Amino acid sequence: MTASNSKLTRRGFLKRSLLATGLALATGLLGSTAVAAVGDPEKEDLKFGFIKLTDMAPLAVAYEKGYFEDEGLYVTLEAQANWKVLLDGVIDGQLDGAHMLAGQPLAATIGFGTKAHIVTPFSMDLNGNGITVSNEVWEKMKPHVPKMADGRPQHPIKADYLKPVVDEFKAEGKPFKMGMVFPVSTHNYELRYWLAAGGIHPGYYAPHKGDIGGTLQADALLSVTPPPQMPATLEAGTIYGYCVGEPWNQQAVFKGIGVPVITDYEIWKNNPEKVFGMTKEFTEKNPNTTVRVVKALLRAAKWLDAAGPDGDNANRPEAVKILSQSNYVGADYDVIANSMTGTFEYEKGDKREVPDFNVFFRYNATYPFYSDAVWYLTQMRRWGQIAEPKADSWYDEVARSVYRPDIYKTAALELIAEGHMTADEFPDFATETGYRAPQTEFIDEVTFDGTKPNAYLKSFPIGLKGDEVL
Amino acid sequence: MLAFIRNHKTFESDWLNSVLKFLAGDRLARMSGKFAMNLFVPLAAILVFLMLWTAGAQRVNTSLGELPGPSKVWEQSAALYEEHRAERAKEAAFNERMQARIDKAIAAGKPAERIEKMRSRQYTGSPTFIDQIFTSLWTVMAGFIVASVIAIPIGIVIGMNQTLYQAFNPIIQVFKPVSPLAWLPLVTMVVSAVYVSDEPWFEKSFLTSAITVTLCCLWPTIINTAVGVSGVSKDLLNVSRVLKLNWFTKTMKIILPSSIPMMFTGLRLSLGIGWMVLIAAEMLAQNPGLGKFVWDEFQNGSSNSLARIMAAVIVIGFIGFLLDRGMLTLQRSVSWDKTAVMR
Repeated sequence: MTASNSKLTRRGFLKRSLLATGLALATGLLGSTAVAAVGDPEKEDLKFGFIKLTDMAPLAVAYEKGYFEDEGLYVTLEAQANWKVLLDGVIDGQLDGAHMLAGQPLAATIGFGTKAHIVTPFSMDLNGNGITVSNEVWEKMKPHVPKMADGRPQHPIKADYLKPVVDEFKAEGKPFKMGMVFPVSTHNYELRYWLAAGGIHPGYYAPHKGDIGGTLQADALLSVTPPPQMPATLEAGTIYGYCVGEPWNQQAVFKGIGVPVITDYEIWKNNPEKVFGMTKEFTEKNPNTTVRVVKALLRAAKWLDAAGPDGDNANRPEAVKILSQSNYVGADYDVIANSMTGTFEYEKGDKREVPDFNVFFRYNATYPFYSDAVWYLTQMRRWGQIAEPKADSWYDEVARSVYRPDIYKTAALELIAEGHMTADEFPDFATETGYRAPQTEFIDEVTFDGTKPNAYLKSFPIGLKGDEVL
Repeated sequence: MLAFIRNHKTFESDWLNSVLKFLAGDRLARMSGKFAMNLFVPLAAILVFLMLWTAGAQRVNTSLGELPGPSKVWEQSAALYEEHRAERAKEAAFNERMQARIDKAIAAGKPAERIEKMRSRQYTGSPTFIDQIFTSLWTVMAGFIVASVIAIPIGIVIGMNQTLYQAFNPIIQVFKPVSPLAWLPLVTMVVSAVYVSDEPWFEKSFLTSAITVTLCCLWPTIINTAVGVSGVSKDLLNVSRVLKLNWFTKTMKIILPSSIPMMFTGLRLSLGIGWMVLIAAEMLAQNPGLGKFVWDEFQNGSSNSLARIMAAVIVIGFIGFLLDRGMLTLQRSVSWDKTAVMR
């Protein structure tokens, strides 16, 4: 050190050391309010299951873009044959987690179907389904549907216009069969909601009597078909319509075998759709791994909805390319691209703009709201899958035991600390109760308040309510 | 090479002979007749088949698009190979990234077992078409070898002993016609229940497919071995009596060599059946081989699916053909009667 370095005076030294201590204290304080970094994953080799649907995209993107690897996780993604095999795989441990229907963790935890405590810390997407009917049925419906000035059908097409067709079939003695993908699937509840809003009874379940077919007192008979087989079943005439996720509605249009009449966006705007489910045991044995999985999925979801120079959803074409690989969804690029890039083709040639057909991150799509869980539980009660009447508090308890916004919060704060996300991309964790404000954008204009499930049930003309037991 | 082939009748075949002679430049005039027969006629037949296929395919319209003709199938075969290459490139990129991570970890002084774990980490991409071909081959070989190891001794024993033959015959005749698809659910249940371990060596689907192959390919081998053993020429048996050979020498020196043709016929039949059964078993058991490939393509329903399925069909047929030729070559090398005609 040269003597000319005047900074090395005692005063200078004191000043600098005070500054340094001050800085250290400040960062120490800041550090203590920030979340301590998530530890190493307990289990690094993970196997996740999915069904070949467009909305498995967050999983594919997290893998292909290396988000899982960034978290130190080495993931194998495996397509499952159907929802039952997928759920069984998660329950018996062959799969560490899976792309699940929002109703599956709830139904499994309350014991409808296989019983197991499944939890979900991450909602994979909003919307994404459609109801398609066969060409024959559409021709019969069309005269009843009001037209716009340019001759095209006025949307949303309510089930009121399907009712005359169903009545006609009934009069001829032909059962009006429709397909959905699983007894506790969002598609089942949306299809039933739409049918009931139009005065068509979709049938009750009576599990306490051993009847899980769901066709008691039904005008329309609903049955289960795995998504990839839907178009084939429609073509064969076994069913006259179905409710399924993309790309299977657009596939029907492409192949000329059916006409989508409504999307679930029009039935309930921005409804929760798929979740990422794991067994409770897994999340307890591997807490770090769980948080890291959610982190990777959050980044993937953000990427999917990211805005570019032309507006939102700039990365969707690349996402479609990934999804059209045969080990993911495998359908043609064009079939998947429609709905993923913001248009939806109803009748052949009638393409309409639906920019929010698939929402992965916007509108807090990834947050596991308790009110979403409660909606599914109310529908399960409405159709008899929950045979006994339950108090409002029961709905709240079940929602809290299955939906895990606490894990979500840990992952989100971690991502904010790492700089991948900003706090305004998430709900305000300090004030968020987990219940959305009452939602009004349903096709039948009934308001849903998640804190009052029994009152909600009473507002429907068709469906079990109050103390009714079949 | 021609001389090698001529001196080793194992590899001989009329077809190969004439092609090699042509290439060696033997007198064309003398060769042309046979050559035309062996090379041009099959080629012409294949060309006619391709033309009929193209014409026929254009007329059939399915909901998955037109039935693919040879050109589309060729395109898709090339696409499948390209996908394999792309996946291998991705694997290489992954290994590079892993190496970078390992280097970082070593530099940061992480514990040795962690470094070891990182080194042994495998790429987690899904199997490509070429990988699936190899999986199918392993599975069929496993099933076939187990079946042969069980069937050959049983066949020999019941061939030599009339009482045992009468005892086993009804059981064999009843189980022989059972389709693999009927065995599959039983096998799946048994494997699921019995094969439980934390560190399995084999995937359950591999075991299920291999066991189904075994169950279906036992029967031709047993029956043909039994017939071969019981049909040993009386002269040879008399020789063994005259020489007072003990049971073991008799079996090894007289019975087995003379029953090899029938035994191998049985083995060839079994391998052929096993290969067919494998594809069906893989479709249902979801073993990641060619059967699963066909099933997945069908489920995907893309406009390329039919062409890819046809490409898989051709590959399956071709591999079956190669397996059969392989068995034939093996038979020739083991057989003592090199002058016998084998096709």
